[in-house]
Amino acid sequence: MLEIKNLYVKAGNHEILKGVHLKVNAGEVHSIMGPNGSGKSTLAQVLAGRETYEVTRGEVLYEGKNLLEMAPEERACEGVFMAFQYPVEIPGVSSAQFLKAALNAIRRARGLEELDAMEFLALVKQKFKVLGVDEKLLHRSVNEGFSGGEKKRNEIFQMALLEPRLCILDETDSGLDIDALKIVASGVNGLRSPGRAILVITHYQRLLNYIIPDYVHVLVEGRIVRSGGKELALELEEKGYALIEGGAGAAAPGRR
Amino acid sequence: MSTSTNAIEALVNREYKWGFVTEIEQDVAPPGLNEDTIRLISSKKNEPEWLLEWRLKAYRHWLTIKEPTWHNVHYPPIDYQGISYYAAPKKKELQSLDEVDPELLRTYEKLGIPLEEQKMLTGVAVDAVFDSVSVATTFKEKLAELGIIFCSFSEAAQEHQELVRKYLGSVVPYTDNFFATLNSAVFTDGSFCYIPKGVRCPMELSTYFRINAASTGQFERTLIVAEPGSHVSYLEGCTAPMRDENQLHAAVVELIAHDDARIKYSTIQNWYPGDKDGKGGIYNFVTKRGKCLGRNSHISWTQVETGSAITWKYPSCMLIGDNSVGEFYSVALTNNYQQADTGTKMIHVGKNTRSTIVSKGISAGHGQNTYRGGVKILKNATGARNYTQCDSLLIGDKCGAHTFPYIEVKNSTARMEHEASTSKIGDDQIFYCNQRGITKEDAVNLIVNGFCKEVFRELPMEFAVEAQKLLSVSLEGSVG
Ligand SMILES: Nc1ncnc2c1ncn2[C@@H]1O[C@H](COP(=O)(O)OP(=O)(O)O)[C@@H](O)[C@H]1O
Ligand SMILES: [Mg+2]
Repeated sequence: MLEIKNLYVKAGNHEILKGVHLKVNAGEVHSIMGPNGSGKSTLAQVLAGRETYEVTRGEVLYEGKNLLEMAPEERACEGVFMAFQYPVEIPGVSSAQFLKAALNAIRRARGLEELDAMEFLALVKQKFKVLGVDEKLLHRSVNEGFSGGEKKRNEIFQMALLEPRLCILDETDSGLDIDALKIVASGVNGLRSPGRAILVITHYQRLLNYIIPDYVHVLVEGRIVRSGGKELALELEEKGYALIEGGAGAAAPGRR
Repeated sequence: MSTSTNAIEALVNREYKWGFVTEIEQDVAPPGLNEDTIRLISSKKNEPEWLLEWRLKAYRHWLTIKEPTWHNVHYPPIDYQGISYYAAPKKKELQSLDEVDPELLRTYEKLGIPLEEQKMLTGVAVDAVFDSVSVATTFKEKLAELGIIFCSFSEAAQEHQELVRKYLGSVVPYTDNFFATLNSAVFTDGSFCYIPKGVRCPMELSTYFRINAASTGQFERTLIVAEPGSHVSYLEGCTAPMRDENQLHAAVVELIAHDDARIKYSTIQNWYPGDKDGKGGIYNFVTKRGKCLGRNSHISWTQVETGSAITWKYPSCMLIGDNSVGEFYSVALTNNYQQADTGTKMIHVGKNTRSTIVSKGISAGHGQNTYRGGVKILKNATGARNYTQCDSLLIGDKCGAHTFPYIEVKNSTARMEHEASTSKIGDDQIFYCNQRGITKEDAVNLIVNGFCKEVFRELPMEFAVEAQKLLSVSLEGSVG
């Protein structure tokens, strides 16, 4: 589904990603772990099409197509979804309007009919129930005045609504208390399916107790320095990133 | 790299869809302004002697005053002798709509304003003003059954002399300001509405102004009188062809609301704004004022200003009757090199008078948007209240927003609230929308419409939709 080959990315004069390799198949859940500043969000944003980052080398294939050539909204329409580490507030725009615009844009791209207000509401209410989201959210401006936890939950809710094929979660766990974490995790687990791949980016191992990944990759200073199964997360938790970094030179690139 | 401007950069060709010219034989006065010009206009319109005298007084006063310079708009000097003050489609006396030149009907059809009554939006009566004359007024008879007068100003000046004479200049005197004085001397047409006591006008009244002829000015005058207990909702729309030269539009609108009367006045102003380099466009210098004369009277201005190279207007309310209410809801958008200096004045004279001001300024491209608002609470206005909210939205980093609130309070019981904000459409907001499948243009429209919603909901239904569309067209190309 997703293949990242030798990806180099910079922002301004700062080189952030220095040769990332990663292959993700449909149906798999991968976790990318790494210390602050290692380039996790950069990777997520580049996959989503953020223009502030410049890809200087390498390529990214998504379902066989050159992902880097697509505009961000095209990627979204093709099924790429990123849950933002810092969801953006859009004052004045109600969540209902926003979600309806997003859903219909994506439906159009998939050749489905647009939903009218009634159909949209029915669908939204059904998804709300699953994630325990308050219906009042619809009338509030997008993310405006939301608590940290509400914002993160809203991201997962949007993901459930838009039914992407590639889900990228950028530190969705940070700032969540344990109850919220469980809700988010069950929302994500509910989306696991053979046709869908999920990339869980996190700094802590905690989330991975609830969303159990098939593979774990460790990103340090812009490179994937180790890859392994879910036990790698526990090892990291124990030893910390420093030790892993020590072995960085010898580590195989995160290929499978 | 800055987070704010990358995606929302330069402004490219924005299309103005109303820029065509109607090929029609016109009767155009030679350029120039003197007493003979005024006599010519007055005689073309078969006006009574007193009206000519009034015009001449205005003209003589105009000669003694200077164009104002306090506003925050910049333009080369206007050559008042280079303008033609009268242009009209050649025609015979019209008895009915069937006699209107088909070319004119087609023009309005193209503009989305069919004048044949059976085709009209039900519930909207239209007066169509083409350059200096009113070409058609629809639903007149139906309204007349209720005693409502809705006709062109020229017709009113002949047929309803007593009313016109009583109210003309009673809100905006001919000495009011440079542009209003000029208008008083040379105004050509406009609409007149009179709603008798206790009558609620059953349909929207609407005037559609169209500038067509080159090198002409448009100087229309609208007068609306609402007798005690009556209600009326009135809407005006405006467009003009695309021309490289600037054209002057200086209108005056006077509203009078008696006891318990209610006037709702909505404007969708879409005069040609000039091209993307700032060439051409209408100079829109307008004086609009309402007098809440009676107790519990209510005047509400709603405006969506997307057109014109320069907009200079301050629809205002004089709250004279006790418990009277004045409202001003405004969206002003400037893109490319447009400039707008707009706002309102609320003058509280009576007791327990209330006013609400909601101003939304949107600047894109090199657009400059100034809000200028005055709230005056006079000595006897015990219990007066004002609420002002003034928000600016910036798109890109070459545009500007400016706010000048003036407040004068002479009664200590007054309660004033003022809120202001400036925000910018950020790249991160656009990207967030993109990531959810929404294109840049749609994202900007979504954000802009959200920003304007408090104003849009004041517009009559049919026009709220139109206003949204207009805004999105006006912003076309404002995102890179
Ligand atoms: N737009 C940017 N411009 C300059 N430097 C950036 C930008 N975005 C991220 N960086 C830098 O790149 C490095 C990686 O950032 P990021 O991808 O956010 O890391 P992580 O998500 O792993 O904490 C950090 O040193 C950060 O300061
Ligand atoms: Mg991060």
